[in-house]
Amino acid sequence: MSLSIEVPQQLSLPVDRRVQARRLTVILIALLAATSLLSLASGATGTSLWGALADLVAGRELSRLDRIVLFDIRLPRLCLGILVGASLAVSGTVMQGLFRNPLADPGIVGVSAGAGLAAISAIVLGALLPPVLRDLVGNYLVPVSAFFGGWGSTLILYRVSTRRGQTSVATMLLAGIALGALAGALSGILVYVADDNQLRDLTFWGMGSLAGATWTKVLAATPIVLAALAVTPFIARGLNGLALGEAAAGHIGIPVQTVKNTSILTVAAATGAAVAVSGGIGFIGIVVPHLLRLATSPDHHSLLPNAALLGASLLLAADMIARVIIAPAELPIGIVTAVLGAPVFLWILLKRHGAISL
Amino acid sequence: MSMFSRLYITSSLLIVAMMASHMALAQPASRIVTVGGSVTEIVYALGQQDRLIARDSTSSYPEQVTKLPDIGYARALSPEGVLSVAPDLIIAIEGAGPPETIDVLQSVQVAYVSVPEIFTAEGIVTKIRTVGAAVDRVQDADVLAEQVANELSEAQDAALQAAGGNPKKVLFILSTQGGRIMAGGSNTAADGIIRMAGGINAITAFEGYKPLTDEAVAISAPDVILMMDRGGDHGLATKELLSMPALIPTPAAQNGNVLRMNGLHLLGFGPRTASAITELSRALYGETN
Repeated sequence: MSLSIEVPQQLSLPVDRRVQARRLTVILIALLAATSLLSLASGATGTSLWGALADLVAGRELSRLDRIVLFDIRLPRLCLGILVGASLAVSGTVMQGLFRNPLADPGIVGVSAGAGLAAISAIVLGALLPPVLRDLVGNYLVPVSAFFGGWGSTLILYRVSTRRGQTSVATMLLAGIALGALAGALSGILVYVADDNQLRDLTFWGMGSLAGATWTKVLAATPIVLAALAVTPFIARGLNGLALGEAAAGHIGIPVQTVKNTSILTVAAATGAAVAVSGGIGFIGIVVPHLLRLATSPDHHSLLPNAALLGASLLLAADMIARVIIAPAELPIGIVTAVLGAPVFLWILLKRHGAISL
Repeated sequence: MSMFSRLYITSSLLIVAMMASHMALAQPASRIVTVGGSVTEIVYALGQQDRLIARDSTSSYPEQVTKLPDIGYARALSPEGVLSVAPDLIIAIEGAGPPETIDVLQSVQVAYVSVPEIFTAEGIVTKIRTVGAAVDRVQDADVLAEQVANELSEAQDAALQAAGGNPKKVLFILSTQGGRIMAGGSNTAADGIIRMAGGINAITAFEGYKPLTDEAVAISAPDVILMMDRGGDHGLATKELLSMPALIPTPAAQNGNVLRMNGLHLLGFGPRTASAITELSRALYGETN
């Protein structure tokens, strides 16, 4: 064919970017599939995924150990890693869009601090609960508390920064910092009254880990995280519009208040669930949106699903490193994400802004 | 066939049958993982170290145990890490976890024995008996427990005598991070060993290890400061320690009385605790007969 179509210069860029973003989505799905398989295949025991698959295909019975390692340890851990990674990355992306601030993160509005305070309370004061209540929640006292802590702090934040149905993002940012500081101080008091053993629990909880993955946790987190992810396509246009500023976004017909409310609830749910099941895992929420904006466009329609995919893949990769690097012992995953994430974040900053000047 | 040879054959058959049935029935655990320094020491003291295949990071004595794989810190064990060494028995100190890991291990039907941690002589005896039952060496454990109990009561008696009705006040300092003194209150291993060695814990106002205000340290007026030996330059560290404002007014600082002992030996509450009592008592009151 010798027919060629002249594409006007000013139209070619967005089309090109959309194609690019779609191509990236395909690549990220492949990446997630690959990291998932690797995650199932690697671990401290000699259990081989490929051997087990071959056995299953041939209709042979798996050994009890292999069955437990694959289905009760690695598989729930894989699911939890995907849920937590996607939640953290999507929360970070929504926050950055909402606040039009590339440094925004669930940590900044006190959601993580509130969840953390509740978790610490559960560790330190859990023994004071009546036995009936303790038996009811069992080992899940800490995650359940963390979840409600995240929700509670978001609700307080929302009340504080909403006047006559109008939420001020600036007030919320400041209130979030104040709430975070308050939660930090209250946590400090609890750390002070904690005994030696509780202190050690607190240290390890703060570093985050997927080691406690169980099907119960996966089942508890799944509906919350899925609901949060399902909402994101509906706020993508709003977040794009907000990039122009609230007033301008309102003028082009974006229901600014609804977008803000939905975004905040989404972040509270996703972060609360993630903190609840895995403790403190940093840098996924801040690094993932930056990487994606560097790779493609800042359009939230593609940014949000891509962030979920990349966040899940990165967390699975970090978890694999945490599991095998000092096996049979294991590193807390928060350490791995910080060690890997912080230099990447610095590199992004340098690449974006060239030389840093003071 | 003579009566003797008949008796011989019957008795040897009986012995073989008993051994065989014992082996078939008991099948004692041969792949043991220990969690907790004192638990590991007891397994060694019972001569069962050949059955050990891995240990946690707090198990550092005797030295050959450090050659075994380390499954990580007692309170942060990962299920697959522990399973990877294929244990058939886990003997863990009270408080090992997290609970999710223990749940998974029990679902694989790895036998799990929790050893209570109480900071008294009776506590040590209970530990030894618990570990002994777990490794199927009840009689050996009884012998060891009795021996350790005797050693402990002798060491305690000697320490009491050395104190001579004039016990010294001891302040146990866990750390001095950021200039804040983290001291050992009541219901700690430090409190237990100080009392057993004929001393008085200077801090009894709280339980566990907590940071103290400078004034509380000064008021507690310890005669001796006790710390864990972490290697490095003690002379310099002691000089810095004694120049902390909180410590300057105390008798311990004025006389330069700072004791350092190996942490696991001092606070382990295992088979070597009698020797820790003697060591601490001698350091406090000097050599006595």
